[in-house]
Amino acid sequence: MTAQAERELETETETMTVREAVRQALREELERDEDVYLMGEDVGLFGGVLEVTSGLYDEFGAERVRDTPISEAGFMGAATGAAATGTRPVVELMFSDFAGVSMEQIMNQMAKMRYMFGGKAEMPVTVRTTEGGGMGAASQHSGTIHTWIAHFPGLKAVAPGTAASAKGLTKAAIRSNDPVFVFENKMIYEQEGAVPTDEEFTIPLGEAAVEREGEDVTVVATQRLVGESLQTAESLAETGVEAEVIDPRSLYPLDTETIVESVRKTGRLIVADESPLSYGTHAEIIARVQEEAFFSLDAPIQRVGTPDTHMPFSTPLEQEVLPDGDDVREAIERVT
Amino acid sequence: MLTIRAFDTEAGDRFADGEIPGFVHLYIGEEAVGVGTCAALEDDDYIASTHRGHGHCIAKGLDPKYMMAELYGRAEGYCNGKGGSMHIADVDAGMLGANGIVGAGPPMATGAALSIDYQDRDQVAVGFLGDGAVAQGQVHEAINLAATWDLPAIFVVENNHYGEGTPVEKQHNVDNLSDTAQAHDIPGLTVDGMDITAVAEAVGEARARARAGDGPTLVEAETYRYRGHYEGDEEPYRDDDEIERWQDRDAIDSFKRRLIDRGELTAEEFDDLEREVEAEIEAAVEFAQNADPPAPHEAYDDMFAETPPEIERFATAARTTTDGGERIEESRSSSEPRSDGGRSGGERR
Repeated sequence: MTAQAERELETETETMTVREAVRQALREELERDEDVYLMGEDVGLFGGVLEVTSGLYDEFGAERVRDTPISEAGFMGAATGAAATGTRPVVELMFSDFAGVSMEQIMNQMAKMRYMFGGKAEMPVTVRTTEGGGMGAASQHSGTIHTWIAHFPGLKAVAPGTAASAKGLTKAAIRSNDPVFVFENKMIYEQEGAVPTDEEFTIPLGEAAVEREGEDVTVVATQRLVGESLQTAESLAETGVEAEVIDPRSLYPLDTETIVESVRKTGRLIVADESPLSYGTHAEIIARVQEEAFFSLDAPIQRVGTPDTHMPFSTPLEQEVLPDGDDVREAIERVT
Repeated sequence: MLTIRAFDTEAGDRFADGEIPGFVHLYIGEEAVGVGTCAALEDDDYIASTHRGHGHCIAKGLDPKYMMAELYGRAEGYCNGKGGSMHIADVDAGMLGANGIVGAGPPMATGAALSIDYQDRDQVAVGFLGDGAVAQGQVHEAINLAATWDLPAIFVVENNHYGEGTPVEKQHNVDNLSDTAQAHDIPGLTVDGMDITAVAEAVGEARARARAGDGPTLVEAETYRYRGHYEGDEEPYRDDDEIERWQDRDAIDSFKRRLIDRGELTAEEFDDLEREVEAEIEAAVEFAQNADPPAPHEAYDDMFAETPPEIERFATAARTTTDGGERIEESRSSSEPRSDGGRSGGERR
C-alpha cells in the first residue's frame, strides 16, 4: 500500500485502547479469512489472561479460538506444522518469557523451514506475546525478549507503541506469509489512541512512523517508551529543545532509512527500548545509523533500556531498573 | 525397499569417497518401516520425518535423482542445495522434511493434522520418530495435543534399539515404547518392523481410526539399523553377532521369500527388479555429479516470502559480483527448467 493510500484509510478513526485495537484486528482478520484461527493458553473461554481475546470465543466458537493445553513446545510446533500445510494460525504465547519452553520449534523449525526446503514451504504464522515490567509480575513474567526474535534469521518482529500501530501491525502480521512475532507491552493495553476503522488498514512490516517532528534530537523509542518519549518531548519543548520521536514499529525488518534521515537532520540520537542494554536492539539501531550517517552525528549516541538485570518483584526495585520518560529526558539533556 | 537400500548404500559409498559433504544417517535395515507405513497411506497424506529420512522420502514417492542431487548440494536438489541429507523435503508431495532435531517431527505432524482437521480434508499426518525421541518432551506434547483434539495423526516409532550410541533400555523405563501411549489414552501397539506387511497393517488400521475421527495411534516398529548412527560411527556399543542376528531376519529377504513361496514373484523377476533399481540409483548419482551447484547469490533466496532490505542488499551485491557470478548463471540457465513439477510424488492440494 502506498503511504498516501495508508493516510486516506487513516482518515476515519475511532478512539480505543491498545487492547481493543489488537482485539479489533483479530476480529477483522477472523472475519476476513476463514483459514485464520487463534490458539493459545486460555485464549478462548477465559478470554486471554490479559483479556485481549475477550469475547472472540463467543463470536467465533471453539474451532477458531482454540484453547490449548499448557504446552508451549507442543502448540508452537503444531502451529508451525499447520502453517506449512495450508492454514494460518495466530498463536498467543501468554508471556514472552515462555518462549524459552518453545524455542526449539521457533528457532529450528518455524524460522528455518522455508529456507532449508529451498523456499518450498509457506510459513504464515503469527505469534502474539506480551512483554515488559511494571506490574510486579517478577522475572519470569516481565521479560522483554524481542531482541532474540529480531536477531534470529527467518523471523520477523514488530512491537507497537500506539493503538493504531497495534491494529495495523497485527493485521499485517496475520496477512503475511512469513512468521511474524507481535510484541505487546502489557503496560500499554489501557493506552488510548485514534485507530483507523477501515478494515483494509494495515501497516506494512518495515515502516517506521515519525510520531513527533523536531529539529534538535532524534529519539527512536519503542512500545511503552513511545508514549513516554512523546510526553518528555512536549515538556522539553518548553525549554527550547525540539525532539523528533520515531517509533520503528517493526524491529525486523527495520526502517533504517526513516531513522537515518532524521539523524541527518538532528545530528543527535537517543535509542529507548525496554530490552536489556547489552548486545541488543539499541546496538543494532545504533550500528545502522553509524554505517549510514556517521558524519552527521554531533554527539555521542545514548541508550535507554533495562540495565542488565532481570525484572525484580518489589516496586521500588522494579522502578529502579525500568526505563521511563525521565531516563529519556536525562539522555537528551546529556547531549543537547 | 530395494530402492532405499540401493540409494543408501550408494550414499554411504559416495560419502566415504568425499563426494557428499556433511552428515549422513543411513536407513539400511529399517526399510520395512518406512515402506510399510507409506504403503498404508494415500498420496496426499503427510509425513514428518527424522534425521534418518532418505527411506521415508523414497517411500513417499520422492525421486532418487533429485534426492541425490540434494545430497550433493546441487541447485537441482529438492531444496536447491540448502537442506542436504538432514532436511530433504517436498511439501507438495506431503513430505514435511527430514529433521535434524530429534523429536521435532511429531509436533509437525500434529500441526499438519490440525490443518487437515480444521479444513475437514480427507488426509492423515504421520510423525516418524526414533526410539531416542520418545524421551523428548515435545514428542509427548505433540501426542497429547493430537489426542486431546482427536486429530488425524499417526506416530510411528522406529525402535532400532539405539538412541545414537546408547541402547534403548538405558534410555527408557518402559518395556515397550508403545506403552507410553497409555499416558495419552490412545492405542499403542508394537509390531515387527522387519515385516513390511505387519507395519502396513498396523498403520492402515491407525489411518482408518484417524479418518473416523477417533484420533491418533502410536505404532512402535521394532527394527534395526545395519550401519552406524552416522557414517563414520565406529560403533563401540555393539558387536557383529548382534548385527548378523538382525540381518538373518532382513526385511527384504524375508519379504522376497514370502512372495516367491506364494508364487507372486520369481527369483528371476527379483533379480530384474534389483538390476533396475541399481541402474536407477546409478543414474541418480550421475545426474547429481553432473548437476550444477547453486550460484552463490542463491544463499540469499528463500529466507522469507517477502525478502527484507537487510538481506536484499547482500543478494544484490552477490548477483553483481563479476567473479564467477555470470558464469554460474549461464551454466545454470542451460539446465532450466529447474522447478519441474514432475519431481513431486503427490498432488498439491
